[in-house]
Amino acid sequence: MLSYLIFTLTLCGIYALLALSLNLIWGGVGLVNLGLAGFFAVGAYASAITTGAGAPVIIGWGAALVVGAAVGLIVTFATLRLRDDYLAIVTLGFAEVIRLVALNERWLTNGSDGLSGIKAPLKAELGLQGFSLFYLGLVTLVVLVVWALLSRLDLSPYGRAMKAIREDQQLASFAGKRVLRFKLQAFAVSAAIAALSGALYAHFQSYVSPDHFQPLITIYIFLAVTAGGVGRPSGAVFGAYLVVIFLEATRFATEWVPGLQPVQIAAMREMMIGLALILVLHLKPQGIMPERIPKAPEPAAP
Amino acid sequence: MTLILQAVINGLMTGTLIAVPAIGFSAIFAVLRYPNFAIASYATIGAFAAWWANAILGLPVIPAIAIAFLITGCIGVGAEETALKRLRGNGALIVAIASIALNLVLENIVRFIFGNDMKGYDLPLLRDIRFGDLRIGPQQLQSLALAVVIMAVMFLFLRYTRFGKAMRAVADNPDLARLKGIDPARIAIVTVFLGAGLAGVGGVLIGLDTSIDPLTGYRVLLSVFAAAVLGGLGSIPGAVVGALALGIAEELALIVVPATYRTAVGFVAILIMLTFRPRGILGERAA
Repeated sequence: MLSYLIFTLTLCGIYALLALSLNLIWGGVGLVNLGLAGFFAVGAYASAITTGAGAPVIIGWGAALVVGAAVGLIVTFATLRLRDDYLAIVTLGFAEVIRLVALNERWLTNGSDGLSGIKAPLKAELGLQGFSLFYLGLVTLVVLVVWALLSRLDLSPYGRAMKAIREDQQLASFAGKRVLRFKLQAFAVSAAIAALSGALYAHFQSYVSPDHFQPLITIYIFLAVTAGGVGRPSGAVFGAYLVVIFLEATRFATEWVPGLQPVQIAAMREMMIGLALILVLHLKPQGIMPERIPKAPEPAAP
Repeated sequence: MTLILQAVINGLMTGTLIAVPAIGFSAIFAVLRYPNFAIASYATIGAFAAWWANAILGLPVIPAIAIAFLITGCIGVGAEETALKRLRGNGALIVAIASIALNLVLENIVRFIFGNDMKGYDLPLLRDIRFGDLRIGPQQLQSLALAVVIMAVMFLFLRYTRFGKAMRAVADNPDLARLKGIDPARIAIVTVFLGAGLAGVGGVLIGLDTSIDPLTGYRVLLSVFAAAVLGGLGSIPGAVVGALALGIAEELALIVVPATYRTAVGFVAILIMLTFRPRGILGERAA
């Protein structure tokens, strides 16, 4: 029971990072990334491959951040000048391409068998239980740090400029904000956070395969951010914990329905996720923790 | 040389099949101004509806396709009215996200009823037709003919009927259309019915060639997007041209890259097109 709890809480932290990543661009500059699962995978594989080649775990995480940001720039470079729906379509295609690469480039990713034996930091020293507790602490710490940085960013001039772009990018560009540069930077940082989340996941599971990065994860994170409240980092984190709890609850709820095939149980759980997202969008689109708009500063006395 | 010619022929054939759901997607985008991801589940539902009519009830292919069109059209309208309509005021991205959630729900209803196993249509086995070194399957030829007829009907509908003209008017300028007394709500319903129905027919046409499972539509979705973006988002002739271009590009690329990367070709084609000509082959302005 305890190890189940620790496992679930660690997963919550990993999803919270993904939610923070999505919130940064969606709540920030008003873009959506339908390829979150792809960036998640990029980070996981980047870290698994670098540490597999002998680098320490911290270098692996650094690699995930760098590769994630670079890939984010490549994906968005062609689309950021266009309407937002183009980016949505391109990111969706991107996640699929990443999955194809992971499946087919056996020399790099070992194909559908996946990479196993990924380094678990200090596992030998701490033992199994000790390691899970330590890793939970580590993931939670990373979530706290990223959350604090992004909350701070929201209050900074940079964050205000981002939200101005989200609300009206023409007006923002009239006010002298470089819209394109803000969008590129926000997307790259967001992609890097998603990749870091993937790296944390890889070393937590010690095993990654293309099956771990289904497009469904992206939908979980959209549910997390909309339920928590778009535009507020605390909301994204809260939403992520809520979604993982909801996912676990659907597991128990479907066990109670007698006479179902395993396929039908899985289908029912996915249906509930989709229904939940539609209901949140209809009933509480601003989320449980709505965005707080700070008051405009008083004009300086003449 | 034969290799390339065969690739072009294959590309034109797969392209024609993709064009049908791509027209559906583009019609909805043109009138309602949001990318509808639920197109994937409509294609799946169509494929399964036709399978049920064909393999269980024993109907021939053409009535099965008609049934698939009606069923997916009705489900599409029902889903649009209940799950998406009220969100239109919140912006295209919110409706798009809701359509992803809707897609997940519908796809899993199909999975719940039919399971994950592959299903094949009940079709007579026929020998390939050969022209010298080139080969074409008779079933593919029939699907091709059906796709062409459906497209022709669609174009005649848009060009000459009252509803078709009204649809084009709303797509062109919704405010002006309303001023002329066109009811946008009615046009939206007709458009969604046609769009979802065409997606359903597309699911059948693609399934006829291989087999179907609950992810049939999702696999079609990326090609449909690629076709729509290549041709120009929101342009119905563009969707057809984009689909044909995509089909040929895929088949030609598969001469040099492994077949498993088929969907990646569409993605790369989108990126190149968006970099150099964002409006697509026949599209309106994209910025």
